Amino acid sequence: MSIKAKFNILRPNFSLDVDLNIPNRGVTSLFGPSGCGKTTLLRAIAGLDRYKQGFLKVGDTIWQDENQFIPTFRRSLGYVFQEASLFSHLTVKGNLEYGLKRIPDTGRRIPLDNTIELLGIGELLERKADTLSGGEQHRVAIARALAVSPKLLLMDEPLTGLDQDSKKEILPYLESLCNELEIPIIYVSHTIEEIARLADHLLLMEAGRINATGSITEMLTRLDLPLTSGNDAAAIIKVTVTEHNEDFHLTHLDFDGGCFSVPRNSLKVGSKVKLRLAARDVSLTLERQTGTSIQNIFPATVDEITTEDTSRVMVKLIAGGVPILSRITKKSLVELDLKPGKVVYAQVKSVVLLI
Amino acid sequence: MIFSDADITALLITLKLAIITTLILLLLGTPLAWWLARTRWRFKFLLEAIVALPLVLPPTVLGFYLLVALGPNGPLGGLMKFLGGHPPTFTFTGLVIGSVIYSMPFVVQPLQNAFNAIGRRPLEVAATLRASPIDRFFTVAVPMTRPAFLTAAVLGFAHTVGEFGVVLMIGGNIPGKTQVVSIAIYDHVESLEYLHAHWLSGGLLLMSFIMLMIVYALNSRFRMLHP
Repeated sequence: MSIKAKFNILRPNFSLDVDLNIPNRGVTSLFGPSGCGKTTLLRAIAGLDRYKQGFLKVGDTIWQDENQFIPTFRRSLGYVFQEASLFSHLTVKGNLEYGLKRIPDTGRRIPLDNTIELLGIGELLERKADTLSGGEQHRVAIARALAVSPKLLLMDEPLTGLDQDSKKEILPYLESLCNELEIPIIYVSHTIEEIARLADHLLLMEAGRINATGSITEMLTRLDLPLTSGNDAAAIIKVTVTEHNEDFHLTHLDFDGGCFSVPRNSLKVGSKVKLRLAARDVSLTLERQTGTSIQNIFPATVDEITTEDTSRVMVKLIAGGVPILSRITKKSLVELDLKPGKVVYAQVKSVVLLI
Repeated sequence: MIFSDADITALLITLKLAIITTLILLLLGTPLAWWLARTRWRFKFLLEAIVALPLVLPPTVLGFYLLVALGPNGPLGGLMKFLGGHPPTFTFTGLVIGSVIYSMPFVVQPLQNAFNAIGRRPLEVAATLRASPIDRFFTVAVPMTRPAFLTAAVLGFAHTVGEFGVVLMIGGNIPGKTQVVSIAIYDHVESLEYLHAHWLSGGLLLMSFIMLMIVYALNSRFRMLHP
């Protein structure tokens, strides 16, 4: 089951023209600056706004074409709005059960109890919606959308308007949710940190058009996209926990291009996590350094080089098929004589585990 | 006896009129208010102005036009006569028709404001949770605007109890049939029966005050529940 969407929306000051295929699993992120049409597209997919020029097929079901338009309440979707928008006249339980009561028993594929546990809202059930904190309200809103066991989950910047603490509180829940659910999720955002953690695929939007699409690892390291130009440019690497070293209190994480040692954590051996590897934390050498304090060193091949500004360049490397970024000075580039195809050693000063 | 038989009859007619009018107003006014709050029709201001007219029009003017329209020679009364009915002027039905029109803005406006205030979002949320349009009206819009329904009902009721000009014009002040309390008071004063006028007036004053007190008390309780 994949999702095929084609919309052509023309309004006086805005146009949206997209034709996209969204994979049937994992988190697909719609990413782009404010006003580029992310929410418009999401609302069109949900059927909250109706546009004549549209085609939408989810799995085998056509939701919209030139002959028919299935209204929102007959679409098997869950929608998490920017604001939690809980029903203030109901308790948390009432909010969660609102949608649950409206689907047939046979359609309850995602058990509500699991969702409640996953989002940690068991304690809140009897509370009135408007007595909750911002973070709690958002978690309830997410659980409420999941209670209808949707075939597609749409999330419109569900962390907007939350302070840093609430964001930190929700992100782990969101992440485990994204990992456990076997339904496609379309996640709208304009913060790259959120996307780096949650998304598997990325749709880059600009001015009502889809500029580029691809997997998150590929997209975040494409030098032709604006994603790699900022100071925070970073590669995302999927790693597996291989062992904990109790002597030095380290945890070893493997990926196809090598191994990282990071301070000991409580992850189970065998679990898969994501690492964020900032371009500014990766330096390059021509030979494997010995006698260095840097632990994480692995061979990589130079793939592509672009000039960032008058003094710095961005180098894209491939290590065991995995793309990594390194930001170095022009002087280093010349001195190391880096060219595509050249083998170098990447020295990683620090990584961030996305857990 | 403080109240004469005629006074009690007038009181009963007034209560019956106010209750029936309020029920009809809620039935007609709710969908109208809902539609006015939702529609993007560019000429909706026309309808809003028509609904609000009784607020500014002298009741006698409204009563006069109704009398003409509903009378045996008027367009509506004539039509009813043609269909084998009875023109509603000088009957209780006529009072109800007049009262419904006269008190309409007092029901429609609080409801429309409340529907506007909750906005589209709660209804969109309900739609994504599988609720059909009618379902979300009754399970989201109505419960979220409950205080406004109370306000609308009480204002519609109280305003109907208090009307004079319209009912006098269209009902004709027939004791036992179309004579309501407000006109009975006027008659008492005209006949210099001040004691009777006092008792009836005092009764209405007390009733109106109690009703408004209930509205404000309940609404502030609602506000405490939904700050």
